[in-house]
Amino acid sequence: MTEPSRLRLTAYAAAQLVLGILALVLAILTVTGAALMVVWVGGLLLAISVPLTRVVADAHRRMATDVLGLEVPRPYRPVPSHPWHALVAVARDPMTWRDLAWLVWACTFGWVIALICVLELLALVTWPLWWWTLRPKMRARSQIDLWFLATSRTERLQQRVQVLTETRAEAVDSAAAELRRLERDLHDGPQARLVALSMSLGLAEQLLAEDPDAARRLIGDARTTTSAAIGDLRSVVRGIHPPVLADRGLTGAVQALALDMAVPVTVVADLDGRPPAPVESAVYFAVAECLANVGKHARADAVTIAMTHVDGRVRVRVHDDGVGGADPGAGTGMLGVRRRLAAFDGTMSVSSPTGGPTEVILEVPCDLSSPRTTPSSGPG
Amino acid sequence: MRLVLAEDHALLRAGMIQLLEANGFTILHAAVDAASLDAALRDPDAQAAVVDVRLPPGQTDEGLRAAIAVRQARPGFPVMVISQYVEHLYARELLASGEGSVGYLLKDRVSDVAEFVDGVRRVAAGATVLDPEVVATIMARRREEPLDRLTPREREVLGLMAEGRSNAAIAARLVVTDKAVAKHINSIFAKLDLGAADDDHRRVRAVLAWLRV
Repeated sequence: MTEPSRLRLTAYAAAQLVLGILALVLAILTVTGAALMVVWVGGLLLAISVPLTRVVADAHRRMATDVLGLEVPRPYRPVPSHPWHALVAVARDPMTWRDLAWLVWACTFGWVIALICVLELLALVTWPLWWWTLRPKMRARSQIDLWFLATSRTERLQQRVQVLTETRAEAVDSAAAELRRLERDLHDGPQARLVALSMSLGLAEQLLAEDPDAARRLIGDARTTTSAAIGDLRSVVRGIHPPVLADRGLTGAVQALALDMAVPVTVVADLDGRPPAPVESAVYFAVAECLANVGKHARADAVTIAMTHVDGRVRVRVHDDGVGGADPGAGTGMLGVRRRLAAFDGTMSVSSPTGGPTEVILEVPCDLSSPRTTPSSGPG
Repeated sequence: MRLVLAEDHALLRAGMIQLLEANGFTILHAAVDAASLDAALRDPDAQAAVVDVRLPPGQTDEGLRAAIAVRQARPGFPVMVISQYVEHLYARELLASGEGSVGYLLKDRVSDVAEFVDGVRRVAAGATVLDPEVVATIMARRREEPLDRLTPREREVLGLMAEGRSNAAIAARLVVTDKAVAKHINSIFAKLDLGAADDDHRRVRAVLAWLRV
């Protein structure tokens, strides 16, 4: 990334001069508004000054990150739509208060730095001074801006550790739950059937000499039991890792899921490669859960699944034209999906107004491995 | 009949060879992986193949790919694909590789020896033999045109046809007369616009229509 030119830096300084005056006005508005909160006018003043402050602060964030060649995320917490809740959320957001402190800096010392930068260029005689000292001055001003306006690396790391701790605990829990479920499934299904099978065979062995007909019947039973045990094992294995996922990757496996649905499902996949196996598996089970919910609740006529890989994220959109009203917090299935995706920093968002349509968007950051090339069948 | 067999598990391979040879088949080649299967399928003496979906080296769907490839090179070459799992998706791919002469069964169906051997013979004779489990998943789907026109009973008959059963077997299963089955089948052919062709061919076409291949 190239450093911004001196002229651009000076243009920034000029912008900061103008915005500095606005910052002064906003600082006065905010303080007055806060003082007048006892009467309703205060709330009105704040409703104007706080969002405007955020706009001005965002402009400075952009300038500072350009000057310093950094990237900082927009640090505000999400604001709910209900006005009272919004007020509480904004008041509790530490960034609101840092903005206020920054306003004071931006219309005083910060403003002076910007003024000097602009004047050195305009006053012609001071050009050499402008040429040599412009960069350090603007960098210093930007550093201080960001010190107010961006969460520090330490804070970001603290938040990250917090998220990782939570998702790790959830991942460990869900893995343990999976193992328990697996143990139960094996115990109640194939294991029990194999026990019954060995009993039938033992009996048949005893009866072989004296009652061959009964023995034959028992052997027939044994065969039926074997088939049932194999069927049980099949469904257990599908629950661990569906064979079609191993064979064909996410695209093929989702197409196979779509084929098994009673509702017509259109699959549009644009993935040139395969996500890492654990991610692939998590996304597959997430889509399977969405489709199961569509089958159970949506009463839909058509489902569309679109899978893409953009900006280093796998993005899957499951859309149905059903009755809507899906609540992702209601069922354990969706909660499990959310947790499983969270272990990879993945997200799931559900939009399902009453009356439909329902749209679930799954996103997981990951790289794709190059697509598996089909082995060419040369002379073997 | 001279068969090519592909199965990587030694135990199962030995079992299959024993079972097929006891029922009048000759095993020309017993392949253990994708490469030896490709080579075996180039043998002009081979009349049909029984192939496991999963084979080394990849342990994915090599057997299925080889089956589809050989049917491209030798149209109508009869292949019975067996697998621990049946996938509707794979059934469609197989059926799309030509009309009829394909089977797709769960491996454990082999334990019903008479039924399995009969299935291989029917596939060699040009029929389509699908595992009841595949048929059941398709049955559960919402019907679309032109299958909407079929009555539930006709759909049942079509499902049994997809499993590769003869009219007599269908009649026995549904506890109706052969004549009633023939009537259902003719009605199915009419509704699916399957006019002039020999009956076996029409049966396969009906199944394909049903699978929307």
